[in-house]
Amino acid sequence: MSEARPRSAHAGRRSVFARALAHPSFLIGVSIAALLLAAALLSLVWTPYSVAEVVVSDRLQPPTLAHWLGTDAFGRDVFSMILVGTRNSLGVAVIAVAIGIGIGVPLGLASAAEGGLLDDVLMRGSDLVFAFPALVTAVMITAIFGPGAVNAIIAIGIFNIPVFARVTRGAARGLWSREFVLAARVAGKTPARITVEHILPNVASLIVVQGTIQFALAILAEAGLSYVGLGTQPPAPSWGKMLNDAQTLTAIAPWLALTPGLAIVFAVLGFNLLGDGLRDVLDPRLERRR
Amino acid sequence: MLTFVARKLGGLIATLVVASVVIFAVLEVLPGDPASLMLGVNAQPDTIAALRSELGLDQPAAARYLSWVGGFFVGDFGISYTYRVPVAELIADRAMVSLPLALMALILSTAIALPLGTLAAAGHNRWPDVSIMSFAQLGVAVPNFWFGILLVYLFAVTLRWLPAGGFAGWDAGLGPAFASLALPAIALALPQAAILARVMRSALLDVLHEDYIRTARAKGLTAGSTIWRHGVRNALIPVLTILGLQFAFLIAGTIIIENVFYLPGLGRLIFQAVAQRDLIVVQSLVVLLVASVVTVNFLVDLAYAWVDPRLRHGRR
Repeated sequence: MSEARPRSAHAGRRSVFARALAHPSFLIGVSIAALLLAAALLSLVWTPYSVAEVVVSDRLQPPTLAHWLGTDAFGRDVFSMILVGTRNSLGVAVIAVAIGIGIGVPLGLASAAEGGLLDDVLMRGSDLVFAFPALVTAVMITAIFGPGAVNAIIAIGIFNIPVFARVTRGAARGLWSREFVLAARVAGKTPARITVEHILPNVASLIVVQGTIQFALAILAEAGLSYVGLGTQPPAPSWGKMLNDAQTLTAIAPWLALTPGLAIVFAVLGFNLLGDGLRDVLDPRLERRR
Repeated sequence: MLTFVARKLGGLIATLVVASVVIFAVLEVLPGDPASLMLGVNAQPDTIAALRSELGLDQPAAARYLSWVGGFFVGDFGISYTYRVPVAELIADRAMVSLPLALMALILSTAIALPLGTLAAAGHNRWPDVSIMSFAQLGVAVPNFWFGILLVYLFAVTLRWLPAGGFAGWDAGLGPAFASLALPAIALALPQAAILARVMRSALLDVLHEDYIRTARAKGLTAGSTIWRHGVRNALIPVLTILGLQFAFLIAGTIIIENVFYLPGLGRLIFQAVAQRDLIVVQSLVVLLVASVVTVNFLVDLAYAWVDPRLRHGRR
């Protein structure tokens, strides 16, 4: 099976680590992602203060040694809320991207293998989904089920399905005309087996790269939905909700609007850099002109 | 060209029909009867029944769907359950805020992105490129609503140059109206500009590797006029496509930004309508938003085919 793969996949594999270590945006992206993951995991077992703890006497304190990032209008510790918000953002993004990959990739693979009617239906279907901005989908879901983090996940997840289906289909279609796939067909392998053994391994790096980029977009989308009240609901802290609360207080407590926004920028920037880096590291043939 | 337009138009209509059915069906399963919601908890059953028949809610779903879609062709979107005014009037009124805002953001982002993207590609791998692309990388990561909050803090709260929110209304004159839309438009435009600048740069870099660029240079054109006369014009084709795809994001952005600046536009309307279970407004608004996205992409496809004849003949 491995003989049938294009040679460059093998030749490139040995030096993946070397390329990764020499790639600045990959290194920055990985560091940011690792830091966020650590913060999210840490918030499961420890935060400086409980985010449910309301201390009215401590309300709207500027950053101090006791409260590194200050306190909000209810006297809750902002740093603790940012930590828990990290977990919330990453959680929503992981599931939304998983929905996109879990449904979109098989659809794209099947569409490339079968072509014909399935392909037409898939393409028209993805046009349809793209016609609904994720926010509009979220509004409709909220109209039915009421607001909540699950709505945000579903809305972002639905939007991700055609993204992955199209990327997978596009890459897989190109592979079906390649010699190693022809060889496998001549050898009598079924389309399903060729898809699993030859197509999927060759599109995997593209899916990983797209997954990272969609992950960054999902963090941005979740923050937006929480900001307008369609995502994570209080009292659970989320970056978007924190910004909404901070907005009316900018005149008296401007620092409250600063940190949640910086957290979002930091996370989105990190995963975007990671995606750019992965693209170059995993598949040098795709390397952009730089 | 005619077959191309017909095929695309067929796709457009099919998408709209399916989308309208989906929207109608999804909101159909919504719990809660608008008539009882409008009349409150103390309403008599026969009053509710009377209102239900007045609103046409006692008709079967298929009949209501057809009369709803049919109404679109004559500009009749029904009567809002809560505002008691024609939905078309309500939407037209709010669109007078949202459309100018979206248009201002679009113009602003294009005006920022195209020169910067061109500059970055022309100074490829030198300091203009590196600094512009670093800003773009950052700009892509900045949520527009956070940027809006920062703008309010700087220009409205601290400097007091522009209003922090609300809309003066077009009756108040162009000055106050544009002043209330300035910060929202900037907040919307900058993240969009970052994306567009990256697209412009990579499209131009792709073009600059073409043979005809080398020919142009060989026949003695300066680098500047080569980029302008042969590069930029060809690079605009992919930029146009992305601009079309970005339209859906622009709409979503407008909805969010209107909430940051308390603008009485379509975005605020859709949230109010959801909160008040004003189904007919939600339905019509969602259909209109979807229709505008699909139509813009259709127009982009046409423009694309007009600029690049290869596409008309299905060679992709």
